[in-house]
Amino acid sequence: MSIDKHLIRKDSLEKLFDILKQNSKKIYAPVPKNGKLSFKEAESYSEIPTGYIQTTQSSKEVAFPRTEKLLDYSKSNEGITVKGIKIDDFPEIILWGVRPCDAMGIDQISAIFNWDYKDEIYNSRLSRVTILGFSCSKADEYCFCTSVGGNPGNTEGSDILFTRLGDDGDYLAEVLTGKGSAITSMLPGLFEKAGEIKKEKFLADIPIKFKNEEIRKKLENFFESDQWIEHSLKCLGCGACAYVCPTCACFDIQDESHGKSGSRVRCWDSCGFSLFTLHTSGHNPREVQSQRWRQRIMHKFSYMPDRLSVYGCTGCGRCSRACPADMNILEQLISIQEAAV
Amino acid sequence: MTDNLYMPYLMKIEKVTYEAPGVKTFMLKFVNEEDQHNFTFKAGQFGEYSVYGVGESTFCIASSPTREGYIECTFRQTGKVTNALSGCEEGSIIGFRGPYGNTFPIDEWKGKNLLFIAGGIALPPMRCVIWNALDLRDNFKDVTIIYGARSVKDLVYKHELQDWQGRKDVKLITTVDPGGESPDWKGEIGFVPTIVEKIAPSSVNTIAIVCGPPVMIKYTFPVLAKLGFTDENIFTTLENRMKCGFGKCGRCNIGKYYVCKDGPVFTAAQLNELPDEY
Amino acid sequence: MDDLRKRARVLLETSEVKVVIGYEQGTAGKTRALFVEKPDDADRLIFDNHCIQNLAAYVTKAEVKNKGRMAIAATLPVMRSIIQLASEHQVSDNNLVVLGITPERKLVEFGNLTEVETFVHQYEIEIDTTYREKLDRLDKMAPSERWKFWIDELSPCFKCYACRAACPMCYCSRCTVDFNQPQWIPVPSHELGNLEWHIMRAVHLTGRCIDCDACYNACPLGIPLNLLTKKMIEDVRANFEGYQPSLNRGHLMSTYKPDDKENFIQ
Repeated sequence: MSIDKHLIRKDSLEKLFDILKQNSKKIYAPVPKNGKLSFKEAESYSEIPTGYIQTTQSSKEVAFPRTEKLLDYSKSNEGITVKGIKIDDFPEIILWGVRPCDAMGIDQISAIFNWDYKDEIYNSRLSRVTILGFSCSKADEYCFCTSVGGNPGNTEGSDILFTRLGDDGDYLAEVLTGKGSAITSMLPGLFEKAGEIKKEKFLADIPIKFKNEEIRKKLENFFESDQWIEHSLKCLGCGACAYVCPTCACFDIQDESHGKSGSRVRCWDSCGFSLFTLHTSGHNPREVQSQRWRQRIMHKFSYMPDRLSVYGCTGCGRCSRACPADMNILEQLISIQEAAV
Repeated sequence: MTDNLYMPYLMKIEKVTYEAPGVKTFMLKFVNEEDQHNFTFKAGQFGEYSVYGVGESTFCIASSPTREGYIECTFRQTGKVTNALSGCEEGSIIGFRGPYGNTFPIDEWKGKNLLFIAGGIALPPMRCVIWNALDLRDNFKDVTIIYGARSVKDLVYKHELQDWQGRKDVKLITTVDPGGESPDWKGEIGFVPTIVEKIAPSSVNTIAIVCGPPVMIKYTFPVLAKLGFTDENIFTTLENRMKCGFGKCGRCNIGKYYVCKDGPVFTAAQLNELPDEY
Repeated sequence: MDDLRKRARVLLETSEVKVVIGYEQGTAGKTRALFVEKPDDADRLIFDNHCIQNLAAYVTKAEVKNKGRMAIAATLPVMRSIIQLASEHQVSDNNLVVLGITPERKLVEFGNLTEVETFVHQYEIEIDTTYREKLDRLDKMAPSERWKFWIDELSPCFKCYACRAACPMCYCSRCTVDFNQPQWIPVPSHELGNLEWHIMRAVHLTGRCIDCDACYNACPLGIPLNLLTKKMIEDVRANFEGYQPSLNRGHLMSTYKPDDKENFIQ
């Protein structure tokens, strides 16, 4: 579908929000709590802050919740009944305020959940999400989308991408999919035809720091490098980076029982935890943090492109911002690029 | 089966066999006949066996695909789920997801000699392919099985070992570690790699399938190399911590290879490519 | 801090220690841990008011500890953590040299951990006024209101365990949550499970927490979980003699004294 360009006046964004809400859509938008921004159900437009560069948490929860039931069971004298969760009644969600890097990340997670075996729980959730992306007019030193094939005005992954034309300007609305045009055609009064608008001059300037393909090439011979040990000494082995990341999708499966009934759930997990690969025998293929840090980087920049044809990083910088030990991924990647062959 | 990849089949435990201290075999039948009818698998594949409310555990399917109507698994009581499974009696219902993973390319072995080498609790992953071969005996030339365990009581599938001993078309050599023999033990005494070297099976037109604890593999591969086996003709199966079993949860990979998708069956040549991460 | 850099260099040149743990410039104005092994790298050590990460979390990390004898640039909270770790036999004079940094930013070279303890005992552990007000507000709430407050604050927790990872006192090679026979604390993130995790951690810190706020600073979601630990400090102070990490007093929750107050028995 070719890109359909519209203009929406700055005061109409709130109207758009309100009308979508009235149409009983759940709107997940960046909502502040304790000084951090996460995607939560927003009740009113005024809850959504302006002027921020990036949210603390990604929006992957709408399709890949942190804790998700897979099935319920109940035992009785007659036997056991097991019911899988119903895949066809997930709620419709509007994801509001997603950055282009996050929208690009959705394809990366979808690649994992559709690799040979199709995870219909994930696919079904995602099919009910409409993504309203917002371009970036500002960036900070943690952002590096341009180094991983993205850019601050990238339309990939969004259903509509809004770009603010100046600090106090109206918005260019690029309608990219059927889901997007379903919204614009519902509200013709709000979306005017746009003339020729060059959005590039309203986007943040993010210099390219490295090239994905060069990192991937370097990593082919980097498994034994000492860099993994040096860089990971300060890593504390928590899961913050994986959990805030828009493309990390590793999970655990746990049974939770309450007497004779219970459920099996899927929940987020991180390759950074020592428990992740621990065998019951006590043997751990990745017993030290350097091996786990290496796995993180290699999986995102070598294994995923090799097996799934997508990289596992969108350059959003969340992991580096969230890390309590300042394990900066951009720094590590530049270091790999600059390493002697 | 529904669209829910995580929904297990319901399985009834038809028979429980005590194999060795802490080791049991379950014979499982599908509760739902239609599931039984539609289910197929190949030797080498594994499944996720679960006790509802406790969790899932990964074992190979230890029975041969030539035997229809049931599947079998053998496991050692080690952790939370295997302890719970061990407490299940005949008639209990458990869950099973599968079959997952790749298979032994048994079709490509037609006309060849087969040499099976296993140690301890690693005989179960090979039992499927041993019976698969024996059920299609005419497809293969000589079949040799070398199996050892720490002691006599640790040998699994004791009845089947007798069965194979009695067969004229199978050469079975059993061994126990020095010190593990009983007074009436008639088999070999020595570590498996030592016995392989002693028996010195021919590598000509032979496929070797080896499975055992890492230390056994480490010492057996060089023996096979000395006997003239090439890495492409040595097969093994690997284990790793698993949860989903189909390449999504991200935890069983060795470098870019997933044990649940690219394995669990690997050739020695493929093992050489794997990074030192297992 | 030139003194610190000079001292670090000397310690490494004489091989008195194999690694110096300090701070270096990080990203975006932050500071972060630096592990200096070569004397020349000592020039990278800095100290400024961004240096609040509790470096004591690293002295129990195997990859650091196994390098050999360590030296650590220690502000007051770090010193307190080290005394507490020493009382729990996790560090000793054999494997750790403390390079103290006073509240006035002066270097103090300690000969042994007893000297560190003497220094530390000059300063009381005071709960900051802002936190005091929050704790008072919580104390005045009815139990159901307080329960609602904590469910609301802890539900966003996604169990990344950054709090545990950053805390110097959480050094167990196998944490309670890592056990699955039985599964003491549920693995997935949900309301009750999150509450159980944070309460359990606060209780395991009773008498051990030295109020460094590393847990709160590490939390990517800004959850005020240090309110729980501060409350534990207050409760301990009210029921036992003072609140100071101490090399020889023994572990608070497992040391019985005949004159312990028993006013919790009602």
